Amino acid sequence: MKHIKIQNEKDTRSGFGAGLAELGRKNPNVVALCADLTGSLKMNEFKDENPHRFFQVGIAEANMIGLAAGLTIGGKIPFTGTFAVFSTGRVYDQIRQSVAYSNKNVKICASHAGLTLGEDGATHQILEDIGMMKMLPNMTVICPCDYNQTKAATIAIAEHQGPVYLRFGRPKVPNFTDENQKFVIGKADLINEGKDVTIIATGHLVWKAIEAGRILLEKGINPEIINIHTIKPLDKKAVLDSVRKTKCVVTAEEHMMNGGLGDSIAQLLGAEMPTPIEMVAVNDKFGQSGKGEDLLTKYNINTPDIVKAVEKVIARK
Amino acid sequence: MEIQELKNISTQVRRDIIRMVSAVKSGHPGGSLGCADFFTTLYFDTMDNNPNNFSIGGVNEDIFFLSNGHISPVFYSVLARKGYFDVSELASFRIIGSRLQGHPSVDKGLPGIRIASGSLGQGLSVAIGAALTKKLNKDNKLVYVLTGDGELNEGQIWEAAMYAAGNKVDNIIVTVDYNHKQIDGDIDNVLPLGDLKTKWQAFGWEVLEMDGHDFISIKKTFAKAKSLTGNGKPIVIIMTTVMGKGVDFMEGTHKWHGSPPSDEQEQQALSQLQETLGDY
Repeated sequence: MKHIKIQNEKDTRSGFGAGLAELGRKNPNVVALCADLTGSLKMNEFKDENPHRFFQVGIAEANMIGLAAGLTIGGKIPFTGTFAVFSTGRVYDQIRQSVAYSNKNVKICASHAGLTLGEDGATHQILEDIGMMKMLPNMTVICPCDYNQTKAATIAIAEHQGPVYLRFGRPKVPNFTDENQKFVIGKADLINEGKDVTIIATGHLVWKAIEAGRILLEKGINPEIINIHTIKPLDKKAVLDSVRKTKCVVTAEEHMMNGGLGDSIAQLLGAEMPTPIEMVAVNDKFGQSGKGEDLLTKYNINTPDIVKAVEKVIARK
Repeated sequence: MEIQELKNISTQVRRDIIRMVSAVKSGHPGGSLGCADFFTTLYFDTMDNNPNNFSIGGVNEDIFFLSNGHISPVFYSVLARKGYFDVSELASFRIIGSRLQGHPSVDKGLPGIRIASGSLGQGLSVAIGAALTKKLNKDNKLVYVLTGDGELNEGQIWEAAMYAAGNKVDNIIVTVDYNHKQIDGDIDNVLPLGDLKTKWQAFGWEVLEMDGHDFISIKKTFAKAKSLTGNGKPIVIIMTTVMGKGVDFMEGTHKWHGSPPSDEQEQQALSQLQETLGDY
């Protein structure tokens, strides 16, 4: 895994901001809406360059989703921006009826997802959003792992016809994927070829999986590491091809165990290839205030937890 | 269109409504009957729309959104009578596999429908969004939307009202079906709306009022509303209606909000509504 190098540390939300700004320059149909969090969502560049295509809606997320659904009628491609907690649970019914059921071309862009939001605490640390969004028919669910990938994903979803949920976060994290990558929705990234276990991670936990992989290699365990940036539709082939080889799986995500990535993988394996699986995810608890890293440790979803889960699942083979 | 022609269409639409909900013993006749005159005037007199070449985008034509989706029978009947689809399809209302879902939807491709509605409070936001797109596209046609009065209980309505006025969305004409009734009874007993006119005015809207069963009033008020567009303010028409209008035993009560008539009541209702254009 020596080939994976940290280029710098950047927040994924800035990747969204950069991608949106680029879209603003090349696609005149892209419009953006924000519910009083323009700075937090890094939408200022788009706003400054395209004032007539930027809609400040105030602290009124339900209206924002409705406006976005309406803006598609006549050909616009709206990107909504607010925290993940307000992008999903607060407006679930609006997304369900006006966006997903109506199959509108709305891109719901959600920052500050998960525990690494940090000190603001559980009211803001949504851990259920992937579950809520993946349950909706027509919805594509994407959770990129770093700055470069979030930027590429933001640009890619404008080309996809249909509703998308794009999840990203607040803290600066290692930026290690290719700056010029082509983001393909629904296509898993193979980060490391291995043979003893398949580690499937999404979002911020992809880097943690790489850290865990380095520790495992020193212990003589050679893990295959897959980045699932698209949780729905799931790249079933990539998962099954790997698991056929390794015969056991660990999933890792900054999300609730119920309804998350691990849940999707378990559903797939249960149907196609019953295999021992361990899930590194938050187990039916709300978060709390603290530093992001400390919270990942406290809620047992940090690097050492992935290592432990791998050792446990290999023993179950 | 002449008043007598509008009356003929509206009477047939009321027959359609009664026959649709009676056939499946399901649906919402009360509010549908109350809005028959509104829908008829809107689609046959007021709007510049294109029934023969429907597209969801609706570029360069007036478009309409039904926010209180439960009154789908009147919407479907008027769309069919206007030529969006064949009137014979009204017989499929609420039947499995039908394009005429209980509440309007787009997934089955019924011409005339641009968004799903049923969960209340969402249509005004959607309509404002569509109005913003018309402005971006330099499309001078208008966006119309109907909401119920009980629906105004929903907070999203007032989020949208604040947005439209604050951002000068002046190419939209909202109508509130002010029949004073919601499922649990009189609106004053469920959640009083207070002074509705003053409320909308305080939110920065141009407010008009009309009698939703007087075609002269409806035509005049729509004309006035159109003349007020483009002046920096969104427009709302508070339309007084009688729930169940046109069928004597259904008028003025919330009992028929979501209840179909029995076979006997259906015959009694149809005897009060002349078959003007031919039943489907």
